[in-house]
Amino acid sequence: MIDLHGFGGQLLQGAVITLELALSSLFVGLILGLLGASAKLSTIKAIRWVAHTYTTIIRGIPELLTVLIIYFGATTVLMAIAGLFGYDEYIEVGAFAAGVTALGLTFGAYATEVFRGALQSIPKGQHEAATALGMGTIRKFYRIILPQVWRIALPGLGNLFLVLLKDTALVSVVGLEDIMRKANIAVSSTKQAFLFYLVAAFMYLALTIISMVFVSYMEKRASRGLTRG
Amino acid sequence: MDFSVVVEYFPRLLEGTWVSLQLVLLSIVLGGVFALPIALARISPVAWIKAIPFAYIFFFRGTPLLVQIFLVYYGASQFDAVRESIFWPILKEPFWCAIIAFTLNTSAYTAEIFRGAIQAIPQGEVEACKVVGMSKVQMYRRVLLPRAFGIVLPAYGNEIILMLKGSALASTITILDLTGMARTIIARTYTPMEIFLAAGGIYLIISIVIIAIFRQIELRQNRYLGTLSIKVPDKG
Repeated sequence: MIDLHGFGGQLLQGAVITLELALSSLFVGLILGLLGASAKLSTIKAIRWVAHTYTTIIRGIPELLTVLIIYFGATTVLMAIAGLFGYDEYIEVGAFAAGVTALGLTFGAYATEVFRGALQSIPKGQHEAATALGMGTIRKFYRIILPQVWRIALPGLGNLFLVLLKDTALVSVVGLEDIMRKANIAVSSTKQAFLFYLVAAFMYLALTIISMVFVSYMEKRASRGLTRG
Repeated sequence: MDFSVVVEYFPRLLEGTWVSLQLVLLSIVLGGVFALPIALARISPVAWIKAIPFAYIFFFRGTPLLVQIFLVYYGASQFDAVRESIFWPILKEPFWCAIIAFTLNTSAYTAEIFRGAIQAIPQGEVEACKVVGMSKVQMYRRVLLPRAFGIVLPAYGNEIILMLKGSALASTITILDLTGMARTIIARTYTPMEIFLAAGGIYLIISIVIIAIFRQIELRQNRYLGTLSIKVPDKG
């Protein structure tokens, strides 16, 4: 193993932060995606409009700008809210929280489309059969619809996760101590830019490969008991 | 929030917009030029010819664009050989480093899109070309590539939008593109929300224009299909 001028451990710590950020954003994004998809298929026009506006805006502006807007905006918004309660000291929003919010919103917007397609592909008969068995809306969704939606949506969500993993690098711009930031620090003290950015690149590649393996395991697991034509 | 600052600095934002558009246009054109040979090599029956574009595509699709930009801009200057070479006047300019990184990145994605499109053409059409006695070059030039162009459009439109959004990363290597200009203005006025929202609005408008243009080209290129449209799996 190469010594990396003593920065190897730092980079590994960065990888842990990158992974934490990616998984937290994934969690937030999956919930937003399910909510967004349900909203897009809603019978109420206003709810559909809200979901449509959300996905259009998020998909139309650069991820870096989303990160910057959330990072600077969250402080303004939170201080305005706190001001209503008579609290007027400076509120600092951390890079991690801003990153999870921004990347979660981004993932959620794309996941909305993936989930919408999956929800629409569930045959109407499944809904009717579940209702005929006396299941309520929530139980029907949880037991019958969601497991099938999950199986259909997984390949699309897997792609989105790979995009998310790479987008985490952007949060280093607002100071998160992830792989990218640790590489920047190592570069500024050793002047070995090519070496450290290449190492960073291969760390992202390794995370990508691990995610791909995991996604294909999940896909197999989600379609167990299903014969493919 | 006070949006008068947006009105005051709007000309500067437009200057940044022009830089962003230059970045996108140049790298899309160069990326498209590189993508075609990469795609053709990728579908070659020879194993070692296939392996090179595969590794190239895997690296550029599997690592963040930010890393790629830093590798070109900061990384290349680590070597004395680069600093003393004839390429240095280009490689010391952040603008050209961004173009190089974006071109390498987009050509990897575009090559995959091209490959998918070429492989989506029915085998019967290839056989028909052979039957009428076309050479391989004629077949590609007259039938396969024009057909692939029609199939490729929806996915290619996505790629251009992704490139537009990726171009914001140019601001991290001191380029005054739309995002970079916004950050410069904010450093002076300290009105992050107003200026960032204005910049976001400009990106959104450009995206919507690109989508509209592609819809028109698609309708025209695929008019032989009637109302049908072909779907190519996109990269997600």
